Amino acid sequence: MMRASAPGVGNPGAGGRRRLLSRQPAVLGLVPVLAAATLLLGALPATAQGGPAPSEQQVYEVASELRCVVCQNLSVADSPSEMAGQMRAIVRERLASGQTPAQVRQYFVGRYGDWILLAPPRRGFTLLVWLAPLVAVLVGLVVVALLVRRWTRRRPKARPAIDAVMSERIRQELEREP
Amino acid sequence: MTRSWRYLLPLTAVPVLALLAYGFRVNPRDIPSPLLGRPAAAFVLTAYDGTSMDLAALRGKVVVLNFWASWCYPACYEEAPVLERGWRAYRDRGVVVLGVDIQDKDEAGRKFIGDFGLTFANGPDPAGKVSVDYGVYGVPETFFIDRGGSIRVKHVSAVTDQVFRETVERLLAEPVPAR
Repeated sequence: MMRASAPGVGNPGAGGRRRLLSRQPAVLGLVPVLAAATLLLGALPATAQGGPAPSEQQVYEVASELRCVVCQNLSVADSPSEMAGQMRAIVRERLASGQTPAQVRQYFVGRYGDWILLAPPRRGFTLLVWLAPLVAVLVGLVVVALLVRRWTRRRPKARPAIDAVMSERIRQELEREP
Repeated sequence: MTRSWRYLLPLTAVPVLALLAYGFRVNPRDIPSPLLGRPAAAFVLTAYDGTSMDLAALRGKVVVLNFWASWCYPACYEEAPVLERGWRAYRDRGVVVLGVDIQDKDEAGRKFIGDFGLTFANGPDPAGKVSVDYGVYGVPETFFIDRGGSIRVKHVSAVTDQVFRETVERLLAEPVPAR
């Protein structure tokens, strides 16, 4: 499986490394190299600590970002479904083989598209999902500010003038009063 | 000022309406597969009859790769006879049908194959690796793989005779890729 999926997806490594990864026993030999590389990168201190076996926490962190494909609004980490269990096993296996969490995530994105990520990427069309609420709030604030300014500035309008006919009638009726 | 506002406020609804108009026309179940046009991931599974299902060995043939499950009623039950008919009609023309039974009990899978008298290779995917490699998110899903080993069509829901025939004919009509 590793052999099949390595080309093209989430593996920036050179061809030589890919070949090594494809042979299962060689994976163990890679661990010190990968640990050193991870330490050098400094981005993922957790992966370097315990040798090849990733902790439950590491698996959870990656799985919690992935959408359970057979559920509604559940991550792979939270779903009790069989498919999510299998996906967690794949995450664990890939982390154990030395892939970084980003590479594991990319493996799933390569198969399912951005749809598999619970948080849509902040670029392209899905950037709209992140920006739209902000824009809506800003527009709302501007509208409220403008309205408040208008309401507070508005002077009470003069009463509509009573037309001549009406005032004449009022005058006559007042005169008729005893 | 007052006059311009009278037109401006309804105008702000336009982008929202446009987004809704787009959103309601899109089928949320239609998830575009990033795998189209890409090489089909190799796999080796052991079929229920004990034979080996090795996709790499089928290079040069048009492969219809179907993901199904015995619990997937009615769609999988509708398409099982379609796949069997297609397999029988096209097996001599370089078409192979492979069934991958996912999230299933072996016993139920075997019964399904027996009930429909399926003669093409069918095997379970116990760890779900092949399913995930193909980005499967439900059953049935069918991938049509060309003779060069690339995924060309992903069909979600039951395959019909027409879909099978038209897709396979199209892929058969393409020139055999040089190796």
